Amino acid sequence: MSEPANPIREAIQGAIAGNEVILFMKGTPEAPACGFSARTVGALQSLDVPFAAVDILPDPRIRQELSTVSQWPTIPQLFVGGELVGGCDIVLEMLESGELAELLGVAETSDAPQAPAVVGGGILQIENRL
Amino acid sequence: MPDASDIKLRIEAAIPGARAEVEDWTGGGDHFRATVSAPAFSGLSRIEQHRLVYGVFGEEIGGPIHALSLTTISE
Repeated sequence: MSEPANPIREAIQGAIAGNEVILFMKGTPEAPACGFSARTVGALQSLDVPFAAVDILPDPRIRQELSTVSQWPTIPQLFVGGELVGGCDIVLEMLESGELAELLGVAETSDAPQAPAVVGGGILQIENRL
Repeated sequence: MPDASDIKLRIEAAIPGARAEVEDWTGGGDHFRATVSAPAFSGLSRIEQHRLVYGVFGEEIGGPIHALSLTTISE
């Protein structure tokens, strides 16, 4: 069998590894489906950082597998450099303290996407069901 | 349905020395905001402090407790 044992989990791990700044959220940066996701997007946009985004709503298994990978129960979840930074509370706290700018400044790389990019294709394909 | 005082008591019972202030954010019994201070947070990262509190509720987070917004203070 060439099928991966857990294709959703592997897709999530690949997305986290392959994107310097990636936000798993409800909805999209343009149309967030939850206030916590909206505030986290706002924090990233206020710093003018490019980030990738994955909508977890199209398939409940995405959220389930994400929480297994991250050991974090809630959405949104922000990862920088492959590490979980936190959810809305932590991101906003870090924005206010300046830690977020510092973290993203250090972590920014030239191959980061220039605009909020949507991680598409395959299992994590965005399907806007709002 | 949990209420703010249940959540406060459960946090304080589960984390030694913890003191929690919990409010029902929307009045709907599923969005809560908590400020928790505990000596047990000492030496832990913010992520680890929040995990400790989320861990009290397990699968209830994202289920009956739709959201638990946290501020943690290490003592």
